[in-house]
Amino acid sequence: MSNSTGAAVRFEKVQKSYDGEIMVVKDLNLDVAPGEFLTMLGPSGSGKSTCLMMLAGFEPATNGEIYLNDKAINSVPPNKRGIGMVFQNYALFPHMSVAENLAFPLKVRGISGADIDKKVKRALEMVELGAFGNRRPAQLSGGQQQRVAVARALVFEPDLILMDEPLGALDKQLREQMQYEIKHIHENLGVTVVYVTHDQTEALTMSDRVAVFEDGIIQQLSPPDELYESPQNSFVAQFIGENNKLSGKVTAINGKVCEVLLDDGTSVKSEAVNVSAIGDRTTISLRPERVEVEPEVSMDNMLSGKISEILYLGDHLRIVMEVAGNKEFIAKVRNRGELRPLKKDQTITVGWAAGDCKALDPVA
Amino acid sequence: MSDSTSPILTADGTPLKAKLAQTTRRLRIKALLLTLPLVIFIIITFVLPIGQMLYRSVHNPTGIMVTPNFAEAIQEWDGEGLPDDRFVEIFVKDLALAKKNREIGKTVGNLATRVNYEIPGSRSLITSTARKAKNIKEGPYLDALIKINKKWENPAMWLTLQRASKEYTASFYLAALDRKYDDKGDIVMADELYQIYIPILMKTLWLSAVITLLCFILAYPVSYLLSTLPMKTSNLLMILVLLPFWTSLLVRTTAWIAMLQTEGIVNDFMVFLGVIGDDGRIQMIYNMTGTIIAMVHILLPFMILPLYSVMKTIPPSYMRAAKSMGASTTYAFTKVYFPQTIPGIAAGTLLVFILAIGYYITPALVGGNDGLLISNLIAGHIKSTLNWSLGAALGTILLAVVLVFYWVYNKLVGVDNLKFG
Repeated sequence: MSNSTGAAVRFEKVQKSYDGEIMVVKDLNLDVAPGEFLTMLGPSGSGKSTCLMMLAGFEPATNGEIYLNDKAINSVPPNKRGIGMVFQNYALFPHMSVAENLAFPLKVRGISGADIDKKVKRALEMVELGAFGNRRPAQLSGGQQQRVAVARALVFEPDLILMDEPLGALDKQLREQMQYEIKHIHENLGVTVVYVTHDQTEALTMSDRVAVFEDGIIQQLSPPDELYESPQNSFVAQFIGENNKLSGKVTAINGKVCEVLLDDGTSVKSEAVNVSAIGDRTTISLRPERVEVEPEVSMDNMLSGKISEILYLGDHLRIVMEVAGNKEFIAKVRNRGELRPLKKDQTITVGWAAGDCKALDPVA
Repeated sequence: MSDSTSPILTADGTPLKAKLAQTTRRLRIKALLLTLPLVIFIIITFVLPIGQMLYRSVHNPTGIMVTPNFAEAIQEWDGEGLPDDRFVEIFVKDLALAKKNREIGKTVGNLATRVNYEIPGSRSLITSTARKAKNIKEGPYLDALIKINKKWENPAMWLTLQRASKEYTASFYLAALDRKYDDKGDIVMADELYQIYIPILMKTLWLSAVITLLCFILAYPVSYLLSTLPMKTSNLLMILVLLPFWTSLLVRTTAWIAMLQTEGIVNDFMVFLGVIGDDGRIQMIYNMTGTIIAMVHILLPFMILPLYSVMKTIPPSYMRAAKSMGASTTYAFTKVYFPQTIPGIAAGTLLVFILAIGYYITPALVGGNDGLLISNLIAGHIKSTLNWSLGAALGTILLAVVLVFYWVYNKLVGVDNLKFG
């Protein structure tokens, strides 16, 4: 028994292997606070879904222990864990009506018929599907099915809800709308949510904290803004948002700032995040919107770039250019209504502050 | 807003419906032409034979062919007591003529066989009477016949002749349902000794139900396994399932004989293990057990394939969802998984049951006497006793039974819900 930590969910040294050769999850330690919306974000095969399946009880952990409200649950079967779950393809039972689907977890628990009706009605109203109780899932649109699936996971009032890429099958507009709805339901009910997705926008807009998975390891566990502003390694920087990469060698470290000699001979000042010693290889990460085109004041870094493409996107211009040997260096220029005399093949000056670029671990 | 009463027009003014019919006509003609060879094939090899069978089961030409004048005249007889002498006179003359002419299909023997179906043992009565018919020169003819054989005193004899002289008859259906006309012409049960078809039909239905149930019990877990295993393993298992399909029916059946006979492998092995004594070898073939074992084996794929195809479409997330909501494995299975497999179960059981009802070759080879099914009797009538009409009547009854089961199934499950694969 571990000491009382107050965590709703706790992974302790959890490891998972399917074939005895490859570790899908390597040494996972994670606490989820009660009422928290935690997202496991990562590319497919990064181990995030496996973690969710272990938490739900459908996959046994090869090593380590998972705690639910400070109780070890490794030997508890999934139906005794009391966790609500929303599946990727909703898994609504096709041979039951919407109301019967919602009543299912209540019937299992032996709740009386009148109470079931009341709870089902309330849950359906919560997702604004009050008039749809008698329909079959196949008669609903994708978005409606998704709401039924959420309602079904919530109807028996679990403390913890797991969501496995629940919005993956919806189109973009509906997905955005559902993001808000799920977020509001979470805020109103105060349940703990563990959410799995490979969509970074979903992760950033909905979560209290995001755990970025790659290679069976949590690469970074931070609130969304921190994840975007201060990535701790190159994988996170590249996975979250857009990102310009500049490779070079560390030549000096002064506290939080370091000097990097880029491969084409240019020297750049950067915030030192993931470098330890002079002479280390590093990859600098810089967000395209932090790049100033033709800066009017002097900046920490001033480089020249040759424009190869200009894309007009309405709210901003996207300029692709070659800077310090990187042919896909991107700058996003906000549309302020002023005309910009920029043309293809033109050479311009770009600048950015040292604090806006992060010297991280090197990538090839 | 368009006016709902006036037809919708296309841009050039023709009614939309006419235009649509015009544009799709070519497609419809093409579809028709593509299916035409099959339609012709089915008409020739299926619809016509079935129609012929239905016709033959009620068609009753013998009386009219052999004794045409009598056949026409006797219909006036009211059937009370014995017929008037004028009818008998025509009968005697017809009989003498038929005996003399010996035309194929119009011989006295044909009539004798036909009457013998209804009154067993009357064959020789007709043939012997026919031999002496030409010697009867003057009336009273009835007394002359009674002098030849006492049986002509029996009114049932004449009633049967009257029935045999009608072009259409229900006699074969009555025989197929173990019924007959009594001496007064009323329909009664046949003598117990001759009641064979209904018991065999019932046995066929019962045996088919047992075979279907056994197939279901054996197939359900296998299908589940097939649908959940990874592709590579499930393909291998599927080949094993299909193996009986690819083996000749005769080879399979012979294999069963080698396995199951009293001196066969199974019995030898059980004797070797001491489960049974050498004198206590179990009869497992040439009886009902043999029929059941062999037919379950042969029909199993017809159950597995529809079940598998339905189970394949049920994602594992349904069971997981049910469990995540607190359902035990049993509860989740009965409430979530099983109901979704019903279309497959319905298709599989219907398929196996209907195939089993009409199965012929396996019971003929390994069924012995008590493993015989209705189809073996039908074959017997077609091939050995040559009572095609009775065979046709039995076949029609079998067809009707299958159709009734199909109808009941449609009511219970709905044919739209069936999923054959």
